[in-house]
Amino acid sequence: MKGAQILLASLKKAGVEVIFGYPGGQVLPIFDALYDFNIKFILMRHEQGAAHAADGYARATGKVGVCLATSGPGATNLVTGIANAYMDSIPMVAITGQVGTHLIGNDAFQEADVTGITRPITKHNFLVKDVKDLARTIAEAFYIASSGRPGPVLIDIPVDVQRAEADFIWPEDIKIRSYQPTYFGHPGQIKKAAKLISLAKKPIIYAGGGVITSGAHFVLRELAERIQAPVTTTFMGLGCFPSTNKLYLGMLGMHGTAYANHATMEADLIIAVGARFDDRVTGRLDHFAPYAKVIHIDIDPSSISKNVKVEIPIVGDAKNIIGELLEEIKKVPDTSLWLKTVDAWKKKHPLTYKSSGKLLKPQYILEQLWGLTKGDAIICTEVGQSQMWACQWYKHLNPRTWISSGGLGTMGFGFPAAMGAKLGVPEKEVFNIAGDGSIQMNIQELATCVANKINVKVLIFNNGYLGMVRQWQELFYKKRYSYTPITSPDFVKLAESYGAVGMRVTKKEQVKKAIQKAMKINNTVFVEFIIEPEENVWPMVPAGHAINNMIDGLA
Amino acid sequence: MRHTISVLVENKFGVLARIAGLFSARGYNIASLAVSETLDPTISYMTIVVEAQDEKILEQIKKQLNKLIDVITVTDFTKKEHIDRELVLTKINYSPKDKEKLESIFLKYVGKIIHCKDDIAIIEAVGNHVQIKSLLEELDKFGIKELIRTGKLVISN
Repeated sequence: MKGAQILLASLKKAGVEVIFGYPGGQVLPIFDALYDFNIKFILMRHEQGAAHAADGYARATGKVGVCLATSGPGATNLVTGIANAYMDSIPMVAITGQVGTHLIGNDAFQEADVTGITRPITKHNFLVKDVKDLARTIAEAFYIASSGRPGPVLIDIPVDVQRAEADFIWPEDIKIRSYQPTYFGHPGQIKKAAKLISLAKKPIIYAGGGVITSGAHFVLRELAERIQAPVTTTFMGLGCFPSTNKLYLGMLGMHGTAYANHATMEADLIIAVGARFDDRVTGRLDHFAPYAKVIHIDIDPSSISKNVKVEIPIVGDAKNIIGELLEEIKKVPDTSLWLKTVDAWKKKHPLTYKSSGKLLKPQYILEQLWGLTKGDAIICTEVGQSQMWACQWYKHLNPRTWISSGGLGTMGFGFPAAMGAKLGVPEKEVFNIAGDGSIQMNIQELATCVANKINVKVLIFNNGYLGMVRQWQELFYKKRYSYTPITSPDFVKLAESYGAVGMRVTKKEQVKKAIQKAMKINNTVFVEFIIEPEENVWPMVPAGHAINNMIDGLA
Repeated sequence: MRHTISVLVENKFGVLARIAGLFSARGYNIASLAVSETLDPTISYMTIVVEAQDEKILEQIKKQLNKLIDVITVTDFTKKEHIDRELVLTKINYSPKDKEKLESIFLKYVGKIIHCKDDIAIIEAVGNHVQIKSLLEELDKFGIKELIRTGKLVISN
């Protein structure tokens, strides 16, 4: 077989259902092989869209997302999407064409050192110089991407390797001597953790994206209910614990709920599961959770004791470890007083917004969306205010239904990610919550949506600003709105010109009907909501402050 | 504080760049680096000496090194018993009358004159960090014209 055919046959063997990509000069042999190969290929309108779509597919399904681009500019256009997947630990395999092996390093046409460029933003990457190594490399790439702490893996394939002949031998079993992730926690550490839990008076569970990756949401709920500990989640952890559960505190951190932040600051024990104490969560580090001992469960040893001092580190898979912990906990702590304190915070500092006169409030739109979907939908977002409102005001119920760019904060992620999610989980309604700024960053994918009949609903919160930056300018830069007012096209006409459906909503009473209508339309729909231009995301912890030092402009 | 870290890695292209990248991305300069094959030619051994202002960041680097797919083991020799050696080649100013003086120096150190031409002598010396430092101080009296060092090699004992 030719290298290009070996590649496709390997992808099939790896269980790939769909590839997102874009053709080009140095992947011609691959595209020639794709021409009559039975695998779904989605022709995107920009390689960045391909990487985000593969990422969204991976988040929604838990499988490895695959994107494909040519050498040089095709590959560099993938870079943001790869970095995005790396920051959020998303399993992805990115395949790039490369100039012929004899030309590498010659500044050949459309050449870029892609393994060099992506080295710090991939879990691992490969340059395949011999067609005989191709199948094994692909098998290793899928294994590395999806095991341990997942992440993107890039495979760079020179065009002559794609053309070269070799036998196709798919390795069924992959073992890498230098890569052996730990899945089971140290029994001694688990015993110690169980003891610490039984002695706690004010425990809190702090759950992150690792819970979703590991499929630990059921055991996490069991743990929370058994030890009666309130649960706060990170941004990446949204959906790993049902928002409707009375133990749930919502998200913590910069735009977290006041009660999640107060509870974290007052806790005497933090049980961190698959979360990494990043700066948006901890705020000022030396003031963070001063009374708490920390049990940190994470599959990645480098996440432990990176930012916060940890009493009991447990390296391994969250699902296994919580399962073992549940067996080990003999005495359950009495947290009734603690839960009363937490409930008092919930009553005193609820999430709220001012519903003023005529102008539409984004929070209201999200409440309506929740009312119509009851959590049975996949919510994707762009980045900024609309994203933060979607964290706060939509009640996330299930894992893999919240798809948003966390670590990297990539504008333009949501729309292509929504497409990937819809292709992965076609039975679910998929929404993309967007701002008028972000949606314009990958708006070309409207064509891809329509051409492939990918039915996603884009709710654009149009405030005429790059809202989150404007909010910071309002609060910290004396309202000097430097280049944050932004113009947009007529989104209704734009959608229509692509063959999608566009709607515009300006009044409160139209909101519910418009979303209902959009849900009934079997096409991509842009619903533009003209919202209060200077609405802010509250509460907020100013950067560098302790997380119980929140401001809200509502008083 | 100076740290000596050894890393056992897969002997593949790109591995050195990955390892160097972890230091450079954090603004850490590698003071010395020695790389070579081991008895098993598929495995290479790297000895890295690095000046770390912040122990916490170094701890992070070690964890990140371990996380690299091609890294087999990471050992920090800083607080571990070990023997270290370095090979030095140096050119010094030389005249035949210095010969005796130099020979008396090499009674105290492992080293010798390996080449003499005109007014230049090339010296080869092996020793640990302290020995090499004091040898170089002595040689400096003659005037060191050029100095090349392999970087530190360590082995546990």
